[in-house]
Amino acid sequence: MKIIIIGAGKVGYNLALELSKGNHDVTIIDNYSEALAKAEENLDVLCIKGNGVSTNILLEAGIKDADLLIAVTDSDEVNMVCCLTGKKLGAVKTVARIRDPEYAMELAMLKEEIGLDMVINPEHAAAEEIALSLSFPAAIDVENFAKGRVKMIELKINDEMPVAGVRLKDLPNKNLQSALIGAVLRDDKVIIPKGDFQIKNDDIVYVLGNTSGLINFLKLCDVAQVKIRNVMVVGAGRIAYYLSQMLNDMGIRSKLIEIDREKCEDFVSYLPDALIINGDGTDEEVLKSENIGEMDAFVALTGMDEENLIAALVAKQNGAKKVIAKISRTNYMGVIHKLGIDNVICPKLITTRHILKFIRGNSVETLYRIVEGQAEILELIATRGSRIINTPLKKLRLNKDAIVATIVRKNHVVIPHGNDVIQEDDRVIIITKDKNISELDDLL
Amino acid sequence: MNLKMVLKGLGTLLLCEAIALLPSILVSSIYKDGAVMAFIYTLFLLIIAGLPLAKLKPKANSIYARDGFAIVAAGWIIISLFGALPYYFSGSILSFGDSLFEAVSGFTTTGATILDNVEVLPASILFWRSFTNWLGGMGVLVLTLAILPSVGAGTLQIMKAEVPGPNPGKIVPRISNTVRILYKIYLSITIIEIVLLLASGLPLYDSFIHAFGTTGTAGVSNKNLSIAAYDNVATEIIITIFMLACGVNFTLYYQVIKGNVMALLKDEEFRFYIGVVIGSIILISVNLYGNVYQSIGESLRHSSFQVASMITTTGYSSSNFDTWPLFSKMILLLLMFIGGSSGSTVGAIKSIRILLLLKSTKIEMKSIIHPKAVYSVRLGNKIIDEKTLSGVKNFFFAYILIFVVAVVVVSLDGFDFSTTLSAAAASLGNTGVGFGDVGPLGNYSNMSGLSKAVLSICMLMGRLEIYPILVLTMPSLWKK
Repeated sequence: MKIIIIGAGKVGYNLALELSKGNHDVTIIDNYSEALAKAEENLDVLCIKGNGVSTNILLEAGIKDADLLIAVTDSDEVNMVCCLTGKKLGAVKTVARIRDPEYAMELAMLKEEIGLDMVINPEHAAAEEIALSLSFPAAIDVENFAKGRVKMIELKINDEMPVAGVRLKDLPNKNLQSALIGAVLRDDKVIIPKGDFQIKNDDIVYVLGNTSGLINFLKLCDVAQVKIRNVMVVGAGRIAYYLSQMLNDMGIRSKLIEIDREKCEDFVSYLPDALIINGDGTDEEVLKSENIGEMDAFVALTGMDEENLIAALVAKQNGAKKVIAKISRTNYMGVIHKLGIDNVICPKLITTRHILKFIRGNSVETLYRIVEGQAEILELIATRGSRIINTPLKKLRLNKDAIVATIVRKNHVVIPHGNDVIQEDDRVIIITKDKNISELDDLL
Repeated sequence: MNLKMVLKGLGTLLLCEAIALLPSILVSSIYKDGAVMAFIYTLFLLIIAGLPLAKLKPKANSIYARDGFAIVAAGWIIISLFGALPYYFSGSILSFGDSLFEAVSGFTTTGATILDNVEVLPASILFWRSFTNWLGGMGVLVLTLAILPSVGAGTLQIMKAEVPGPNPGKIVPRISNTVRILYKIYLSITIIEIVLLLASGLPLYDSFIHAFGTTGTAGVSNKNLSIAAYDNVATEIIITIFMLACGVNFTLYYQVIKGNVMALLKDEEFRFYIGVVIGSIILISVNLYGNVYQSIGESLRHSSFQVASMITTTGYSSSNFDTWPLFSKMILLLLMFIGGSSGSTVGAIKSIRILLLLKSTKIEMKSIIHPKAVYSVRLGNKIIDEKTLSGVKNFFFAYILIFVVAVVVVSLDGFDFSTTLSAAAASLGNTGVGFGDVGPLGNYSNMSGLSKAVLSICMLMGRLEIYPILVLTMPSLWKK
């Protein structure tokens, strides 16, 4: 596919990296030579210096033959105009990043008027992700599949859990009827486990199943499933704004700490009901005086990665049960997992994932990437004419690097065994280390 | 430095050179000229040296700027060393040093020779000499890039170090596709020229040799008298046009093929280049008319051929221009320094740099009049940033510096003024042909070993635009 990306910032760069690896011809347009120089040095893409709004620059980048235009500059307005011009000049599809909460309200209208095929709001997506992970506090991360009927939780195994050291086939069956360990992350390598796989301390397991199945699995791991009631958030940015609204809808009380007085006042004007405290979220005294020990969860969302990490650690030390930190630089990822922070949210990766899913086409419903894409969990819909349907799974010669993890038939969730059959219109969730799967027939 | 990756790159390069020997082996077996074993020995040596290196498995695949420079500089030296073997093994050139001079001159598209009489050499050896011109014109490593199935982003560094011009860029997102497009254009131009030369009455073999010599802008011929040997106006016109065509930035051809003909006419470098060509032809014709040639037609014919030959640093001659008046010779010498466009197969400083230097000088003068005014150098409608400009200025200085050093070294041999100056200029600019003893009728065989060595280095420096070779001598390149 011919893809034009406008904006060589964090998201633009990351997208270009993933897309150029995936056999797409990528052209990046940016006004700043330094950002471009970095992309040109490290990626196999064409870089054009200039303003992406300009028709000439877009033509130079080959907009006429472009299959997709992605506008991810730091200005919403520029992104919208780029997509508008791009579409008029012949881009088949357009994707824009629009992050201003005020525009977010009018998204449907904007999409219609500008002809946007997809709008990505990284802050909103990040807030959604945080809210989701708060619904399963024991898990590091949670992802919805099949419109929420199947969930995936990411769980870190420690010595105290009874499952540590047990082979998968020896796990008591009754707890695992509707849950399955789909992938395991050990020493930064993704393993797709078979029956004689032994779970070890420090493994990160990815478990799929319906809600009751997952709760049963958590019981097996001796992890209590507590409902979250109180959340403390540090940093009154856009994510905090969306998150506060979501938490409010979920019936969770939230408390927001922000160091900047003016921001606090802005925030109150948007969300009159929120409790906002003007103070330094990394200051232990402030946290203590606001009862950090009683909090079920603590979310650090300031603009500084380091502050978020420190605040999260301070909160953890003072008794917050689950701590989540936002970071924008992915190069910390490896270190952070060892620090004891339960969950790390990276808006850049979330944005990339959403756009990549969009690019994969309509057949891919959901896409979740483990460790920067080492493995992927895909949700696909079985269509009539697929060679995979109506044959028992054990008779199909499936790709060795992939497993069929769950089959969702109407509202019924099946963890498939050899005798199960995929039927038409089933939603099938697949875990794969092979990146080239975009429809069910690719499994064969 | 990622030494393993550099070695792997060099190994692949040697294997590609082995493949490049095959056409010459074919020619040798057709003509039964007795040089076939020389090529086969070389082929085996290349495979023995290249295969283990190409099979290396480096820990990291990344190539940074310095690795790219190292691959290019070391690569050109190594292919020249191996490329000299056929001359030496076949006994066409008796000393290895002279063979190396000939090989370097071939790959760098200089076309300087130490051979007194080329017409007695085996057909396949002459073919190899011309074929190296063709390979070197577009870039040997770039060809390797085009052949390799998957190349990463880092290989842009190799392209930057090898393709002439201050800032060579990609024309399509993938570097491998970019290189393939450029080579397809190059190949098409070559094939068209071969056909046209055949039609003009040249034998097939001579058509190949001269097409390679023209498109690579090397100026290697299988005749002692160069193009003058044919005394054929049609041939001269074809070669003139193709020399000029190969002095144009190849990415402009891509634009034209894509339907954007105006891109060629609007390109400022192209206009400058054509302007210099037309201006020089007029000046020299006026100077020659009545002095050397008695008709306007004859003056135009030889002046246009010689101007095209010099500005594209080809070095063919359609007459003995050494006997021309000093004014004409001086213009030809200047053209030797200017060269054609960036992104083409020519040597020398390149039109774009001269153009930027002129513009920059104009701005310097303007800012004396208005000291506080803010000016920027523009090319087309793009502003050229300070970094590129200072790069151009530094390059100009380095070029002149190397030229001066070469002149001083060659002066030890005690040739006359014009021989010494033009030998250095012709080597550094990859023209090959100069004045006096190294003029159209002369060659480099009388030079001392030291001069030949220095001129060989000049040719490599000229072809790779100085820095890759200079960087190779920096100790910090080799440190961990």
